[in-house]
Amino acid sequence: MSVTVLEGKNIVRDYHVGGGLFRPARTVHAVKGVSFTVRKGKTLAIVGESGCGKSTLARIITLIDPATSGELFIDGNKVDIAKDGLSKEMRRKVQIVFQNPYGSLNPRQKIGDVLGEPLLINTDKPAEERRDLAMKMLKKVGLGPEHYNRYPHMFSGGQRQRIAIARALMLNPSLLVLDEPVSALDLSVQAQVLNLLADLQDEFQLTYVFISHDLSVVRYIADDVMVMYFGEAVEYGSRAEVFADPKHNYTRTLFAATPRADVASIKARLARKKAA
Amino acid sequence: MTDQSAAEATAASVPPGGRQRAFAEFWHYFSMNTGAVIGLVVFSALVLVAIFAPLVAPHSPDEQFRDALLAPPVWQEGGKSMFLLGTDAVGRDMLSRLIFGARFSLFIGLVVVVFSLTSGIILGVLAGYFRGWVDTLIMRVMDIILAFPSLLLALVLVAILGPGLFNAMLAIALVLQPHFARLTRAAVMAEKNREYVVSAKVAGAGHIRLMLVTILPNCMAPLIVQATLSFSNAILEAAALGFLGVGAQPPTPEWGTMLASAREFILRAPWVVTFPGLAILITVLAINLIGDGLRDAFDPKLKRS
Repeated sequence: MSVTVLEGKNIVRDYHVGGGLFRPARTVHAVKGVSFTVRKGKTLAIVGESGCGKSTLARIITLIDPATSGELFIDGNKVDIAKDGLSKEMRRKVQIVFQNPYGSLNPRQKIGDVLGEPLLINTDKPAEERRDLAMKMLKKVGLGPEHYNRYPHMFSGGQRQRIAIARALMLNPSLLVLDEPVSALDLSVQAQVLNLLADLQDEFQLTYVFISHDLSVVRYIADDVMVMYFGEAVEYGSRAEVFADPKHNYTRTLFAATPRADVASIKARLARKKAA
Repeated sequence: MTDQSAAEATAASVPPGGRQRAFAEFWHYFSMNTGAVIGLVVFSALVLVAIFAPLVAPHSPDEQFRDALLAPPVWQEGGKSMFLLGTDAVGRDMLSRLIFGARFSLFIGLVVVVFSLTSGIILGVLAGYFRGWVDTLIMRVMDIILAFPSLLLALVLVAILGPGLFNAMLAIALVLQPHFARLTRAAVMAEKNREYVVSAKVAGAGHIRLMLVTILPNCMAPLIVQATLSFSNAILEAAALGFLGVGAQPPTPEWGTMLASAREFILRAPWVVTFPGLAILITVLAINLIGDGLRDAFDPKLKRS
């Protein structure tokens, strides 16, 4: 059970901002030495405010951008795309679901082609088999075979996000990076997509890296939680630990900023208002 | 969500995707645009006339009727039924020349557009996709070409290559090509950073696939419109070159050359100028209408679901 799927050691990412005529070039430290491990079938949630480096980290884990320094292990193999490039096998192991379901699907590709493309590129399965696999995956994410020949613009945001999840799963990845997958959806659809993700995790023993700024979502889905603040991991531990006993000031602020909607807290707030 | 998708599930079953199906779908959206269909009909008629010119034309385009110089069209006083649209200054039948001219004009437009579109797309995609020094190099060359008045540059090129229809076409293609390169580059740059491109990259797509399969189809709408406009531009510029004596050479019944050489008769025999002009106008209009229809049919965002 405790097979480590993903391990990062001291991951650093700097961006060099080119200087203009009147500005000197400078370096932005987006991620400053972050370490983490994720075991098979578990979910690591990375939480933080906008601009704290969580999406940069997601791109590094997904092997889109190389890390400036640090070591990244996927399924026990060290990966360094800056030096060795990227093998097809590695590519298949990590997939990503983006935040914006309206931008992440090619408007000119039918859903069937969206799902079939990863197979077409990475495997030599015949067209017939690709179609069958795509159909099966559509059913898994709660869509039907009648959606196979439609274009993305014919779907709602929640449906598109299901398609994006289906595409990410076509290659049977061992690790799925979810970059704020429900932030662009409204609340009822958020719950459906989160349930779908939880079901898929159970079914395929998937490992998630779940990036979010929404603590209620994190509390629902995460096993481990990492809180990032200005490129550093200020808090890292199991969900119970972090939520019960936040160590860092920033984490406490973050928790305090979460809106509470249970009856008791609303009553308490109204009472306070009256007293004031 | 499942209820909703079940409700959405129309009778549309899942037929195997095929070329025929794709065409049927394309035609469905194209035929919604009445103007485009009219344009297509006119254009097809023109193409047919051009292909079967020797069968359709009443006379040879070069045959001179010495007894009927500048004969007016048949509905005017003094018109002869032998020359439906009259004759020109050396007694050649206008209708026959127009019919044969369709061959040249359509051929010029097609060749120029194909040349400039292909090279423009290749350069534009390379510049927009790789950026950096590739971009700088390509775009500065394009800027230099754009900095010249187009006709002057075409004239210089023809002067270097030698006069003739084919060299004129090459020159015009080179002059029109920066427009395609710029358009493509701008569109590629806008599309390149969209998330679906990153998704395709994560799915394992290589540079070539990203450029040609993922990005390029999303950049085609402005290019199609530009291509149709260039078609007419090409015909006109070829005419201008013909008029200056470096394009199609005089006996050739090319519309532009006919128009140019009939300039001096504009008051005395207006038909000699009017009909080639009308032919160009109708052709260009038909092609532009088709271009509009194509754009609507190719762009899924404009489709009604």
